[in-house]
Amino acid sequence: MIEGQQRIPSGCAISGIFSRSGRPLGGGEVIKSISVMHDRSNGLGGGFAAYGIYPKYRKHYAFHIFFDDETAKSECERFIQSRFDVADSSAIPTRRIPEITDEPIIWRYFVKPIAEKLEFDAVDEREYVARAVLKVNRDIDGAYVFSSGRDMGVFKAVGFPEDVGRFYMLEEYEGYCFTAHGRYPTNTPGWWGGAHPFSLLEYSVVHNGEISSYDANRRTIEMYGYPCTLQTDTEVIAYIIDYLNRRKGLTFGEIATVIAAPFWQTIERMPESDRRRYEYLRNIFSSYLITGPFSILVGFDGGMMALNDRLKLRSMVAAERGDTVYVASEEAAIRVIQPDLDRVWAPAGGEGVIVTLDKGVR
Amino acid sequence: MAVKYIYPDYEVARNYDRCIVCRVCERQCANDVHEYVPNMDKMVSDDDKCVNCHRCVSLCPTRALKIVESGHRFKENKNWSARQIKEVYKQAESGGVLLSSMGNPDDYPVYFDKILINASQVTNPSIDPLREPMETRVFLGSKPQEIRRGDSGEIICDAPPHLRLGLPVMFSAMSYGSISYNAHESIARAAEQLGIFYNTGEGGLHEDFYRYGKNTIVQVASGRFGVHKGYLDAAAAIEIKMGQGAKPGIGGHLPGTKTVGDISRTRMIPEGSDAISPAPHHDIYSIEDLRQLVYSLKEATAYRKPVIVKIAAVHNVAAIASGIARSGADVISIDGFRGGTGAAPTRIRDHVGIPIELALASVDKRLRDEGIRDNVSVLAAGSIRNSADVVKAIALGADAVYIGTAVLLALGCHLCRTCNVGKCNWGIATQAPELVRRLNPNGGYKRLVNLMTAWRHEIEEMMGGMGINSIESLRGNRLMLRGVGLNEKELEILGIRHAGE
Ligand code: SF4
Ligand code: SF4
Repeated sequence: MIEGQQRIPSGCAISGIFSRSGRPLGGGEVIKSISVMHDRSNGLGGGFAAYGIYPKYRKHYAFHIFFDDETAKSECERFIQSRFDVADSSAIPTRRIPEITDEPIIWRYFVKPIAEKLEFDAVDEREYVARAVLKVNRDIDGAYVFSSGRDMGVFKAVGFPEDVGRFYMLEEYEGYCFTAHGRYPTNTPGWWGGAHPFSLLEYSVVHNGEISSYDANRRTIEMYGYPCTLQTDTEVIAYIIDYLNRRKGLTFGEIATVIAAPFWQTIERMPESDRRRYEYLRNIFSSYLITGPFSILVGFDGGMMALNDRLKLRSMVAAERGDTVYVASEEAAIRVIQPDLDRVWAPAGGEGVIVTLDKGVR
Repeated sequence: MAVKYIYPDYEVARNYDRCIVCRVCERQCANDVHEYVPNMDKMVSDDDKCVNCHRCVSLCPTRALKIVESGHRFKENKNWSARQIKEVYKQAESGGVLLSSMGNPDDYPVYFDKILINASQVTNPSIDPLREPMETRVFLGSKPQEIRRGDSGEIICDAPPHLRLGLPVMFSAMSYGSISYNAHESIARAAEQLGIFYNTGEGGLHEDFYRYGKNTIVQVASGRFGVHKGYLDAAAAIEIKMGQGAKPGIGGHLPGTKTVGDISRTRMIPEGSDAISPAPHHDIYSIEDLRQLVYSLKEATAYRKPVIVKIAAVHNVAAIASGIARSGADVISIDGFRGGTGAAPTRIRDHVGIPIELALASVDKRLRDEGIRDNVSVLAAGSIRNSADVVKAIALGADAVYIGTAVLLALGCHLCRTCNVGKCNWGIATQAPELVRRLNPNGGYKRLVNLMTAWRHEIEEMMGGMGINSIESLRGNRLMLRGVGLNEKELEILGIRHAGE
């Protein structure tokens, strides 16, 4: 049984660090944070998303790809070369450690769409890239693009998150934002692609929870060209965020009110203009409401959003110290890296904590 | 004396030790079953006339009555069942089409009864509806996903017209004429109180009921009875009836004996004339014609009201629904073959159409495959019997459901299936003033409100069990369903897995 053949519920730990000023953070911090929550994972999946890590290739899409074998790799590369100019390609540096085994071929490509092809397709650049990624993942057996954004990257594997971090030598990367995930699936898929974060373009999602609206959300988002091959909550959430933000132009604040919508009784008490807007969003985008327990960290270009389900059925704590914002499943995971905090709070259910880079930094 | 070929199905069993000869049964029975015989000081009954509606049973003060199966049998024959034989006798005598009512009573699979609902354990908490908000509000209408913004970036909230329901259940089309004034009033008042909608059926809207307009869906059917500008304007939504589950492909017929007084005025036809709805709309012979009617109705109401198109569940229902979803309609209503409250030709009722569960599942899937599910809302009808059926229909893909028979049952109907005769002892399917009076709208509407309140609690319980606190997250959530005793093909069409998978 592999990921995607069956839906597998899982519990988890998440952690995220964001520097508003864009001050480079080291990858070691987030590893330290997530390792405090060791018991919230069971060694069946860990991963990280890191933003601002590829300044040299800031304008290129960084494809991180798992290949089962060389055949899949060459088939996939033929496809990539038919659609993209490849500026650089190499194996993603890893460290051999006994805790991480059975690794696939892990490769990285910095690419840009081939100009004429992009023009011919008459879609915008990011749509062009997204379609190519979805196509590889659906159609090329044994190849899986797990990261495809600009100036960011996802690193994930089967294992405990702290081991996954060491494996990828995450401490050698520097960026303005890191998110991390430790997974506790109730089944044993043992497939690297199933680990979190789940990512498309610059969007990455780490998620703790099991959503009860899954199939309603899945069947809706599949209608708009997002085949959900993994059958995981995270995949669906990431696609919803991509659809609502990139394709429908909703802000992250608006997205929070769609996927973790306030209760009608709350909306009813709002002033007229807010009430109208909330009612409109809930009505038009009702199929994207997510119910059941979740806490998610969404990374995006220049920002991060932390969001709990509307009833706050999963723990999630946020904190601030100077220009740095921390979010984690447990407060201890924040204190271990920054004991001296200006502010610690538990965001209410449905209340998105959205942080972005201070203006002008990027 | 003519030979009587048909022995009555039911017998009135009267316990003479209990009967006090109060003659209540005699007065209550519009079918003249009971009779007082003075010289014997005794009640007797004519079983031939009994329709088994239980009116007398319910009112007998000493519980002296019950209606029992007569037990009379033809010689055992699996092929020529008693029903087949009797129908031949009836037609040999009358030379007419057999009529019956209240939906298909035959032994076809009821898929709702072979579908089970999920509940949360461990990995995902259930939610207690007594402690947490549990949302059952639904909007019906088209949901175009293009966001428009004003100069300062604010969203322009210009959704197309919608119906807002407090509960995903509505009262389906039953015309004034086919049901009584008091039944109609009970239904309209209950809809208002519950924040949902009822449907006028094709008989027009009685002038007294215009005040329930904001909870009224007015129907435009092939006969166009009672349709005028004021009628359209009074309503919250307009339903074009293309077909009906109980009798797909055929029209309607209200006999002249029923088009009296108010009814003829409401339908805008002369008193005593037969109200005949043609089988097709004679201005709709194809899908592009439907589009014209949809837009004429929208024009007539300044695009302020959603337009519903109601079709019977027939074999290629998915393709038809796909056409309707592109016709400008805001809502598609699908009526399954087990449904129906009105009179229908027996053969049509029992042999034409398909079950709502299969029709709904394939329509929802087709609309999603074509990426147009958000163009329309989908209503399911045709024998939704209880709150579990509602939950299953929504999880299969419906936005809301229509109920008809359950509404009449709440008002006292005993499913005797002789509405076509017009002598309903419960004051529902009749126009006889002395019978209509038996249904008190003050009590009737409360019973409907009670029924819906009970269903709401049950729906909330089931949602909470699944860890879902908003009905939107249940819509099309087929992973919450499992089939039992269904074959591969049935599971495939329903889009669900077998229990245990
Ligand atoms: S209602 Fe009952 S008690 Fe009265 S006459 Fe009829 S059978 Fe006898
Ligand atoms: S409405 Fe009246 S006549 Fe029709 S089935 Fe019910 S009880 Fe019988």
